[in-house]
This record gives sequence, C-alpha cells and structure tokens, in this order.
Amino acid sequence: MDNVDKEPSMLKQKEMIGAHFDRLAEAPAQGKKVVYTFVPGNLTELLLSFDVLPVYPEINALQSAMRKRSGDFISEAERIGHSEDVCTYVKCDIGMKRSGNIGPTGKPIPKPDLLLLSYTGCFTFLKWFELLREEYDCPVVLLHTPYQADGEITPSMREYMVRQIRSEVIPALEKLTGRAYDEDRLRECLELSRQAEDDMVHVLESAQNRPSPIDAYFGGVFYIGPMFTAFRGTKAAVDYYAMLKQEVDARIARGEGPITPDGPMGPEKYRLVVEGPPNWTHFREFWRMFSEEGAVVVASTYTKVGGVFDFGFRHDPNDPLGTLADYCMGCYTNRSLPQRVEMLASYAKKFSADGILVNSVKSCNSFSAGQLVILREVEKRTGIAGGFIETDLVDARYFSAANVKNRIESYLQMIEQKRSGKTEEVRA
Amino acid sequence: MVDAKQTVTEIVARADALYHDLEFGAVKRWKETHPGGKVIGCLPTYAPRELAHAAGMLPVYLRGAGDQVEIIRGDAYFQSYICQLPRGMIELALSGRLDSFDGFLFPAICDVIRNLSGIWQLHFPDKLARYLDIPQNFDVEVGGRFYAEELRRLLTDFEQLSGQKVSDDALRHSIGVYNTHRRVIQNLMDLRSEKPWLVPADETYLVLRAGDVLPVEEHIEMIKQYLQSVVELERPMRDHSRVVVSGAFCEQPPLGLIRTLERAGCYIVWDDMTISARFIAGDVSTSGDPCVALARAFIEQGVESASVYSCKKKKGSELCETVRKAGAQGVIFAAPSFCDPALLDQPMLQTALDQESIPWTAFKYAENLGQFQVIREQAGTFSDSIRLWGA
Ligand code: SF4
Ligand code: SF4
Repeated sequence: MDNVDKEPSMLKQKEMIGAHFDRLAEAPAQGKKVVYTFVPGNLTELLLSFDVLPVYPEINALQSAMRKRSGDFISEAERIGHSEDVCTYVKCDIGMKRSGNIGPTGKPIPKPDLLLLSYTGCFTFLKWFELLREEYDCPVVLLHTPYQADGEITPSMREYMVRQIRSEVIPALEKLTGRAYDEDRLRECLELSRQAEDDMVHVLESAQNRPSPIDAYFGGVFYIGPMFTAFRGTKAAVDYYAMLKQEVDARIARGEGPITPDGPMGPEKYRLVVEGPPNWTHFREFWRMFSEEGAVVVASTYTKVGGVFDFGFRHDPNDPLGTLADYCMGCYTNRSLPQRVEMLASYAKKFSADGILVNSVKSCNSFSAGQLVILREVEKRTGIAGGFIETDLVDARYFSAANVKNRIESYLQMIEQKRSGKTEEVRA
Repeated sequence: MVDAKQTVTEIVARADALYHDLEFGAVKRWKETHPGGKVIGCLPTYAPRELAHAAGMLPVYLRGAGDQVEIIRGDAYFQSYICQLPRGMIELALSGRLDSFDGFLFPAICDVIRNLSGIWQLHFPDKLARYLDIPQNFDVEVGGRFYAEELRRLLTDFEQLSGQKVSDDALRHSIGVYNTHRRVIQNLMDLRSEKPWLVPADETYLVLRAGDVLPVEEHIEMIKQYLQSVVELERPMRDHSRVVVSGAFCEQPPLGLIRTLERAGCYIVWDDMTISARFIAGDVSTSGDPCVALARAFIEQGVESASVYSCKKKKGSELCETVRKAGAQGVIFAAPSFCDPALLDQPMLQTALDQESIPWTAFKYAENLGQFQVIREQAGTFSDSIRLWGA
C-alpha cells in the first residue's frame, strides 16, 4: 500500500516484517536456528519458546508474486520437471530456492536447520516438504493434523496430536537448540497470543458495521499477517493488534469505510462474503475491481487458514500442548465441507451480506475441490446471490483480468437486480 | 490344454464383464443372495476391507466412471483443473448407479477425495459417508495407536450399518482370508515378473480388478484358477521390453491405454494401478488385538505411495527396488492429469531413477481418454530404446 497515507499499524507491520527478515538474514552469523514450517496449523509459540526463527514458504511464494517474480520461479520449477498441473506455491518456492532464495527485502533467506512439516488441511504440504527435504540436508519432523471429517475433534485425534508434539516435535527442537523444553515460556507466549487474538477478532467483527470499516479479504490478508506467521505469541503482535483495533474503532466512530491501495474507499454499495484465497500476482488490480464498484468484503474464509478465532477459540496457556492441537485442527482447510458451508452461511447472516463469491484458485485442491457445491449450498441456505470466479494464487497465466472484471461486474449487477426485486437470473 | 485355454477365456470374460458393468449387477446379485447384507463402496487407494468383511458386508472398490459413462452432471461439480475421478463418482451417484450401496469410505489420500467425502455428506445424508484418516506418523505408539483407534471407530460404524456385532475372532478370521488374498495376488505378481508373456497386462489387470467387486473368497478362487490354467498355455514370448508403470494408483487409465502399452512393445511387469489389494506387503498378524494388527501392518508393511509421507527410506528407493526385483528395464510414469500426489511425487522418483541409471518416460492421462496414438508412439520409442540400447 505505497500510494496512500499509511496508518500507524501498517507502518508497524512493515517494520515488524522487515526486522524479522533482517534477523533471518543474520541468523547464520548469529548462530540462530531457522525452522521452515507452514502457515496452517503452525506451532509458532512453541518455536518462539525455543528461540528459533520460523520461515513460512507460502509467505515467500505470495510475496514473490506480489513482487512479480513468481512467473520466473514457476518456469524454473517447470523446467526442472514439475508439472504444469500442480500447486503453484510449491513450484514458486522450489524455483525461488533454485534462484538464490532471496527474501522480499532483497536479503537471502537462510537454509533451514529443521523442516517442521506441520501437515494441516492440505496433502500438498507432505509433498512440498518431501521436495524440500531433497533440496536441504537437514532433519525433518512431521506433525500430522487429523482432518475434522465429521465436524468434530475427537479425544483420540487430540491425543494423537499431543503425543506427536511431545514425543517428536519437542525432542527435535531440543536437539536442534540444545535447550530444554520450557513450558512456562510457552505459556507466556500463549497468553500473548490470546490477547492478540481477542483484538484481531474485534477487528474482523467490525465489518458488521455499515459501512464496514475494513475489507475483510483484501485488507484482511494484511490484518492476519502477524497473527498467522512469526509474530503470534509476541508482545509486538499484541501491540500491533491493539493499535489496529484503535484505528478501526476510530474509523467506525467517523463512519468511514476501508482504506484501499488507492485511498479511502467510496460509498459502500455491496457487502460480500468471499470464499477462497486471493490472487497475488494482480493483487491491487483485483482489489480495485471490487473497490471501484463499491463492493466491500465483510467476511472471508481465507483469513481463517491460519486459525479460526471468531467462533470462540483462543490459545489457552493453561493447557499448552492441548491448545496447540486444538488450534491446528481448527484451521479452516482442516474443516469438513459441511462445516465450511455452515461457516459461510453464518457469515452471510452475521455480516448482512448481499452475496457470496467464490474465488476458485487453480492451485489449491484443498480449497477448490467442492467449492461449487459449497456455493450452491450457501445460496440455498441463505438466499443470497452466489458468484464464481477463477484465478490462481501466484501464477499470472491464470489471471485473466478482463474476464475476471467482467464476471465481477455481472455478478454485482445480479445482486443489484435481486435487490430491486427483479428475478432475471444473471449468473456470474 | 484346451481346458486351460477355455478356463482362462472364461475367467477373463467374467472379469471383463465385471469391469464393464457400471450398473453393478454383481452388487445387486450379492444383495439378493444376502438379504439384509450391506455394501460399502471404497474409494482408492487403500481400504481395510477386513473390517467390512468381518461385519458381513461386501466392500467394493470404486474408481470413477472410466471411459464408459458420459459425464453430464459431474462436470457441474468440479472445476476444469480437477481430475476426472470425482466427476465420475458424482455421475455414478446421481444417475442412480450407486443406489444399491449403503455406505462409502473415503480414505485419506488427497484433498480431492477428502473433499468428496464432504460432498457426499451434504448430498447423500441417508448414506454412511466415512472419511478414514491414515496415519502419517509411523511410530507404532503414536501413529499406530491413533490408526488403531480410527479403525475401531470405523468398525463401530460398520457394526451399526450392518446390525452385526463383530468379535475379535471374526475380525481375525477376516484378516486371515485377506492374507490368503494377498498371497494369491503375490503369486500372480511373481508370475508377471517371471513370465510376463503368459499373463498379458490387460488380462492381469481385469482379473485383479474383478477383486474390486467380487467377494474376496470368490476372487481368491478366480486368481487361483487363472494361475493354474494360464501356466499351461503356450503363449509366445515376444521381444518386448519390461517396464514398471507408476503413478496410476487412483484414477485409472482406460483399458485401451493398458493394451496400447503392451502393443507398443512393453511387458508391464509391475504397476501401481492395482496397488489397493497389495497396499500391505505380506500377512497381517492374526493374533492379539486385530485393529492393532491392521494398524501395525499399515505402518510396518505399507508400501511406498504418493499419499503416504515417506520417511522410512529415501524417496524413490522402493521404486528402484521394485524395478530390480521385477527385472524391469525402465519405468513409465502414467499419472492422471491434475493429480497432485502423483505429479508432485514424480520429480523425486525420477531423480532416484536417474541416480541408478534407470530409464523412464512420462505421460498424463484421464480415465476417459479416447486417443492413444501419441502414447503408443511414445511408449514404442521408449520400449525400443531400452530394449535395443539399454537406455
Ligand atoms: S494446495 Fe493449497 S493449501 Fe496446499 S500448499 Fe497449495 S495453496 Fe497451500
Ligand atoms: S486422481 Fe489424484 S488428485 Fe484425483 S482423486 Fe485420485 S489421488 Fe486425488
């Protein structure tokens, strides 16, 4: 968001991220250990309690896309034999590694000392770290998160997770760092997580206001940044969310809408719930297609991939390992399709949405397989208008701007017609 | 000799009819002769069919709609970049072809099958739609314990569906039956690698696929008879290359494609198209807690597969070993389009093969592929190159 006046929270987040990448660049010289792990179901608090630095390959991939580098990286991966058909996050990461592993701040990202494969909500993660394991000569520890197929966490699932954390993950971290597991330190981190989570939920829920002071998808991806990555469990994250909350509350008090890359958004005309990840290669252009039409996203499921907090879950310092297990199992893509439908339908109601739009990304079977059914179910249950667009995460070849814009416009028209009582069906 | 030929012809004809019958007549007939009996449809790759068997149910592997059913409704359920198998499944279900099934089991092999379980829960709420998480932790005390509990939970669901309580002895008996099944299949696989000209790929494939739908006892007899008879035939040994086919463990290639490979000069001496019945190598223990035994076997005797995290051995080492054991000269990677597990696995497997100088070639297919000419040429060139020049 370079073109607009930045709010203090934006500057703070930028500073936090910059400092993290600086620490990473200096890690080898400082003797700090680096652990690669995934965003969904990450064990950041546990990692922080061992004083190691996390790296999230998906974040590298999306940042590469925002810097327009992902195309080259994907080509590089395809050149060495990766199929055109598979998840582009993986290819972007492999290509980036092969091209020197330079991070978003232009500094190199160090090699991992440990690969913590937190395998939550996506099978591709398994393959991704098997691939990374071939690239790096370092130990791997896997945390298998059972899927909530029946919409619940059974005691056996929970026990399985806790046992893995206790008997595999913690010993691996102890071995890596030479430090003993410090449960009190972990509890402190979890308490900080809990505080930040309260404020983040407050921010996401603020979209119930009219106008919504936030865009819970395009803006939302910035708001979840610290929470889903290296900062959950830190004082910096607590401060960031307190600051963000204040700013959002002030916008509500002033009756203002969200701030977009082009400045404050105009009058709110459409309130949407969005399912699916965004496109990163044309992120601003994509956002603009909505904001220019006065469409604001009031709730999104993508902002729940690194944890679902708005239905009451908070990290619990009193049950450190159990809470980590519950957190991982609760992440959005680890939930069954009926749960996802339920969640989207509840968002439609709670946030008084005019429509539900699916952005289906080619890369991600975890999100995408079944989205057409999800859409029809939510439409059926809520009566609101459904729309469907197709893009990709980091592969620009699958972002057809004219086509996407067209579809969004006809979708918004359909909402307009529905509103004015016209029955003609115009399918986005 | 005449008898043997006739027996083989009859067996293959029966297997072929079962393969082509997507109305599942065999399932309906089983239900007629087993009043009140329940049928559970299992998706790929591996389902612990012993549990269903012990509950008096008929477990049936379902592998999409192949190339025989026109997909009319299924395409409205999935985006173009998702593989073909789930569309076929939806088509079969919505067209009423699966009405005689009482439940469905969705093993944890990929996000598509995982999410398909949710579609089933939403669309067919009166049928059991059960997802089975398989462990990715291979410590018997951690992943093994979890999986044994999952199996117990599944068994309870089967008991409820069938209305039949399953004793440990009954389950141990079923394990024993499936041990026999695994053994006869292994005998067939051994013959394939020893004398592939006796057991052509399409025949073997059909005979093995018959086990998707037949009661296990009948399938054991079918394979035994096939083996007994086929060794008596005088089938000419051709100057073919010997290949392993890898990557086709879920959505299946059309039968025409399998025939094409052989016609292009390749004896398929091993493949993972029929890996479901061989997912556990060797016998499962028939003593002690039977769910623990099944869980242990999965962890300790499970084969390398794209859907199982590989931590026991270096990735691809099992494929190299298979190539050696089967006396193959090369590997054909045949994967369904858009199949993340198979396609993400490939570069690692290919590297492992390269390191051992084992030649390979790769192509993609869909279950409803109709044109095989390009693949025929590719396979033919590959076969010639490994046969004539060793690479
Ligand atoms: S398939 Fe989806 S969840 Fe999995 S790594 Fe790719 S983008 Fe992430
Ligand atoms: S073909 Fe591949 S992606 Fe499709 S359902 Fe089977 S394993 Fe999953």
